[in-house]
Amino acid sequence: MNALLSVKGLTAGYGGVPIIEGVNLDVAEHEISVIIGPNGAGKSTLLKTIFALTARSEGEIGFAGKDITGLKTAQLVPLGISMVPQSRNVFPTLNVDENLDVGTYAAPPKDKEKVRENVLSLFPDLRDKLGQAAGELSGGQRQMVAMGRALMSEPKLLLLDEPTAGLSPAYLEIIFDLLLDIRKRGVTILMVEQNAKQALRIADNAHVLVSGKNFISGTGEALLNDDAVRRSFLGGAAA
Amino acid sequence: MIDFINLYLVPGLTIGSVYALGAVGISMIFGILRFAHFAHGDLMTIGGYGVLTAVWFIPIHPLLLLPFGIALAIVSALAVDQFFYKPLRKLPTIYTVIASFGVALIFRSLAQLFWSSGNQVFTSGVRMPVVLFDTFRISELHMQVIILTLIIAIALHFFLTRSKLGRAMRAVSDEPELAAVAGLDTERVVRWTWVIGASMAATAGVFAGMDTSMHPNLGWNLLLAMFAAAVLGGIGKPMGAIAGGLIIGIAEETATFTWFSDEPFISPSYKSAVAFFIMVALLLFRPQGLFKGRLL
Repeated sequence: MNALLSVKGLTAGYGGVPIIEGVNLDVAEHEISVIIGPNGAGKSTLLKTIFALTARSEGEIGFAGKDITGLKTAQLVPLGISMVPQSRNVFPTLNVDENLDVGTYAAPPKDKEKVRENVLSLFPDLRDKLGQAAGELSGGQRQMVAMGRALMSEPKLLLLDEPTAGLSPAYLEIIFDLLLDIRKRGVTILMVEQNAKQALRIADNAHVLVSGKNFISGTGEALLNDDAVRRSFLGGAAA
Repeated sequence: MIDFINLYLVPGLTIGSVYALGAVGISMIFGILRFAHFAHGDLMTIGGYGVLTAVWFIPIHPLLLLPFGIALAIVSALAVDQFFYKPLRKLPTIYTVIASFGVALIFRSLAQLFWSSGNQVFTSGVRMPVVLFDTFRISELHMQVIILTLIIAIALHFFLTRSKLGRAMRAVSDEPELAAVAGLDTERVVRWTWVIGASMAATAGVFAGMDTSMHPNLGWNLLLAMFAAAVLGGIGKPMGAIAGGLIIGIAEETATFTWFSDEPFISPSYKSAVAFFIMVALLLFRPQGLFKGRLL
């Protein structure tokens, strides 16, 4: 396994109180990795710490063979990491096209038009909405704009914080299908997801986080069939 | 009717242009740095004195020397941001608001120290108004002010919608945290906000000083009308601020017109109350302003 992202002994939190403690995580290239766990387990904090949005107190982060520990978010984007936050993830008064354009500023692609075309081919629904303010779109469409913006910097690794939060079940399916499409295009995905069961179905690898610590890791399928995981996080029912 | 245009509407558009250019900076600074910049009027004063000083050395038309005032205002704004506002950036913005009151006093006192507290004029002598179509008598300065403001407004619009930096500024104003997630250099956006805000403030300061005279309280006296203009346009909406400034300027001047009798509708000495009346009415009935800005 060729790890694109490797996290070792990561500890982080707010105001000196650790939210995650000694977390280890490897994300293989071209795979979808999912982080699941109960509320308050530190899933989002883990993602934000990797992307330098939350202060790290201990641990190392490696990306594509390089040590990226201590780098700032603005330095991580040009290296090939993007993130879609859970909420407030579009610029509401900018139109869809402008939202996508802002995604290229930190890491200008060589051929912006081509990248834009690629992104729009993933989200054909957005083509009719290019001139519309992103704040006027539905939740699902906004999620697409947010993902599109993150893909405009041509990332190798896409971090997603609960991409289906607040979406209807129909949109949940659409977003998960899109993630498979994005992976097919060679982008590695690491995401936090509340809809654990569905997420595990599309995940190549999954990590369960409990109280800020690694609980169990394995392939999506293995965790779906793991008794302890099923009892605690998947509502007990057979997958 | 001709009198209305010559004596009320055009002067209204002129003072409105001054408000508009000042309000753009206030609105942008509020949008990006999220605080009400009380030193903005005095930044106008500094810019005005920059040009006044340049006129002493290079006796040509003051408007041609605008770059000197703009440069002085930009340097002052960036220095003040670096030393006073930046260290407070992580604290609640009320600290920065109070700091900007202090900066306003510093600017005003420095203006008194360097340029004295009296009135000073850019150029002396009587200038005849330009007569257009045998009917409109408009001062040359008023035409210059209105045309330059129009050009600046159009340029600003294209800058904000078409340029990378303008879009980045709008993005930071919209969602600062997402802008950071997208890897935008927020501090660079902040610096450019000061550069643009200070440039327009200096221009407005020169316009106001040329229309009347330069004195250390020039900008401070205009500050509240500019805040009203920024609120009217919708806080954080630069184009709204331009519209707001023009509306308040016109409202102030035309309120003194002899609308219903031979007497002015509102005595000219009360005309600055018009801005407050508009602001109060707005905060009660449409707090987001005309252009759907941020709620205060």
